[in-house]
Amino acid sequence: MAASRGTVVGSLLLRYGNKFAGSHIVATTVGRQPVRRQICTSCCLLRKNLAAAGPEKFTEEFIKKQVEEFNIGKRHLANMMGEDPENFTQEDIDRCIRYLFPSGLFEKKARPIMKHPDEVFPRQTAIQWGQDGRPFHFLFFTGKQSYYSLMHDIYEKTLAVERHQDRLRNKSLFTQDTKQISLVGSRWLRKEELEELLVEDISDYDYARFIQLMERLLSMPYSALEEESVQHYRRQLEVQSSKQEIPPLQHDQQGAAFSTAVGRRKTATASVVLRDGGSGKVTINGKDHLQFFPVLQDREQLMFPLHFADSLGRFDVEGSVSGGGHSAQAGALRLALARCLLTFSPEGKVEHMRQAGLLTADPRVKERKKPGQAKARKKFTWKKR
Amino acid sequence: MSSMASGILTKVISGLRCPRFTAAALSCSGQAYSTAALPKAVVTPNDITVDSDKLLNVPLSQPDFFRVSELFSLKDLFDARVHLGHKKGCRHRLMEPYLFGSRLEVDVIDLEQTVEHLQLALNFTAHVAFRGGLILFVSRRRQFGHLVERTARECGEYAHTRYWQGGLLTNATIQYGPGVRLPDLVVFLSTLNNVFQPHTAIRDAAKMNIPTVGVVDTNCNPSLITYPVPANDDTPAAMELYCRLFKMTINRAKDKRKQLELLRGLGPAASK
Repeated sequence: MAASRGTVVGSLLLRYGNKFAGSHIVATTVGRQPVRRQICTSCCLLRKNLAAAGPEKFTEEFIKKQVEEFNIGKRHLANMMGEDPENFTQEDIDRCIRYLFPSGLFEKKARPIMKHPDEVFPRQTAIQWGQDGRPFHFLFFTGKQSYYSLMHDIYEKTLAVERHQDRLRNKSLFTQDTKQISLVGSRWLRKEELEELLVEDISDYDYARFIQLMERLLSMPYSALEEESVQHYRRQLEVQSSKQEIPPLQHDQQGAAFSTAVGRRKTATASVVLRDGGSGKVTINGKDHLQFFPVLQDREQLMFPLHFADSLGRFDVEGSVSGGGHSAQAGALRLALARCLLTFSPEGKVEHMRQAGLLTADPRVKERKKPGQAKARKKFTWKKR
Repeated sequence: MSSMASGILTKVISGLRCPRFTAAALSCSGQAYSTAALPKAVVTPNDITVDSDKLLNVPLSQPDFFRVSELFSLKDLFDARVHLGHKKGCRHRLMEPYLFGSRLEVDVIDLEQTVEHLQLALNFTAHVAFRGGLILFVSRRRQFGHLVERTARECGEYAHTRYWQGGLLTNATIQYGPGVRLPDLVVFLSTLNNVFQPHTAIRDAAKMNIPTVGVVDTNCNPSLITYPVPANDDTPAAMELYCRLFKMTINRAKDKRKQLELLRGLGPAASK
C-alpha cells in the first residue's frame, strides 16, 4: 500500500516537475516517537492554471546565462567545422546548422536554429521597483508608464513652444512665416512600431491620441524648435521605384542597342527583345502583330507601353509567347514590353510607368474548384426540403 | 485638533512596529502577498534596532512637528480663490456643514474650516512622507493633469491623472506583478472624474485600507475620504497653491528625515 502510494508520488513528481506533488508528510509526536502521517492531496490542486500565468517571464540572470552559453556554443561550432572562432558570423552559424541538422520540414520556423538570445527571447521589462518596494517611474501606478510618460513629455514640449511664442509676441517679433518641419517623404510610426519602442501594449485609442498630440505639436508655427524629437517618431517612406529591377542594356554585333525581358499573365509566358533605331515593326512568334492578334483589344494592350512612352515609331519589337489564351498572351507581352522600355527611359519615367500600372504583374489566376460545389463559386441547387 | 491629530497618529503608529510592514498595515489588511515576495530574507521585528524606532517616533513628540501651519494663511487661501464653490443646484448634501454661506446662488466655503482640515491633511502627508511612504496623486481634470504629474515628479512621488483601469489597486498582483507595493496614501486633487461622478479610486483605496486626502468641492461627496479638505478645485490659482503646498510638505518631511538620520549617524539602510 505504502509502496504503491510511493510510486504514484514518483510519477506525479515526474509529471509536475519540482512541485511537491501528491502527498504531504506531516510529522507529529505521539508519545515520544514522531509519527509520519501521509496526507494525500488531490493532484487537481497541483495542476497549474497556465492561462492565468500570462506569457513566460525570463529573469535577467537567465538571459545572461543564455548569452554566455550561446557564445561558448558558437566557438565550439566553429571548432567543429574547422573555421576561425574569432570571425564567425551569423550566416556562418546558419550554414553550419543547416549542414549538421538537415531538415526537410516545409515550415521554415520549425527548422533548427541557433540565434543570439536577444532575437529568440522577446524583450521584456525588468522588475519595476527597487529593494524597498518603491517603483522607479513616477507614473508606475497608471499601468502604462512608458506610453503616458511619452505623452507627458510631448505635452511638455508643446507648452515649451507656446511659451516661446508668447515671449516673441511680447517682444512683437512673432511672425507666421517661420521655417516649418518638412514632413514630405516620411510617415508617422505605426502602432506596432510604437509598441516595440515602448515595450508595452497600447490600444488603438491610445495610438490615435498619440498621433493627435503630435499633429497638435506640428500645427504650431514655431514647432521647428522640437524638430529632432518629432523626427524621432517619423519614418522615411521608401521610394518604390528604386526597388524596380531594370533589364541591362545590351549591344548586338552591329552596335545597335537592345534589351530583353520576360512577362507572365495567367498561364502565358512571353519574352520580348526591344531593339532601338527601328521603324515600329512588331513581330510575335514570327508573325506580324496584326496577323497574330486579330482582336483590336489585344493589339491595344500590346501597343499601350510604347504609346505611353511616346516611342511608337522608335523601336523594333520581337516577341515570343506560349501558353494561355489570346488575352493572357497580350497581357504577358505588354508586361514584358514595359520592362524592356525601362532600360531606355529616364528616372522620372520609371515612377510614371509604375504609377500607371504598367510594371505590376497581374496576380489574377483561375480559382480552383472546391469539393461540394459545381465550380469555384457556383454552388449546387439549394433545396429547402 | 492637535489632540485629534495625535490620537489618529498613535492609532496608526501602534500597528507599525516595523517600518517595513508599513505597506502591509496601511495598504492591505490580511493580504500578505503585496510584500511577501520581496527578494530579502524574512524580517522579524527583532531586526529593527532601537535607534530607528526612536527616529520614527521623533515627529510624534510635538503636535505640528513639520510646522505645516506656517506654509499658508487664510489670506493666501482667499487670494487663490479657494473659497469659491459651485452654484446652489450643484451642491452636495454632505458638503453643507463646510459652507460659509451662499451669495447670489454661488456657494462660499468656510475658510476657517478649510484651514483646519488642510493643516490636518498636510500634517498627515508629512508624517507619511517622513516614514518613506508611497504617495499617489490622483486627479482626473485634464486642465491640471500635467501640473499634477509635474508636482509628483518633483517631489519624488507618484501620480495618476489618466483613465483609471478597474483593478489597479484591488487587482494589483495581476496588474503589476507579484510583490508590488501599493501606495500608502492617495491624495485627490479633484475627487470627481470626467463624468462628474466620484472617482473609483476613492472606493478602491477604502477597500484596500489606504488612507486618502482629498480636495472636496461643493459638488463632491466627502464620505469615504479620510482627510477631506473643503476647497475649490476648479481655479488654476487654487490648484497651483495645493500642488505647491503638498510639494513643500513632502520635501520638508523627506529633508527632515535625512537630517535626523545624519545626526544619529544612521545610514540609508535604516530609511525603510
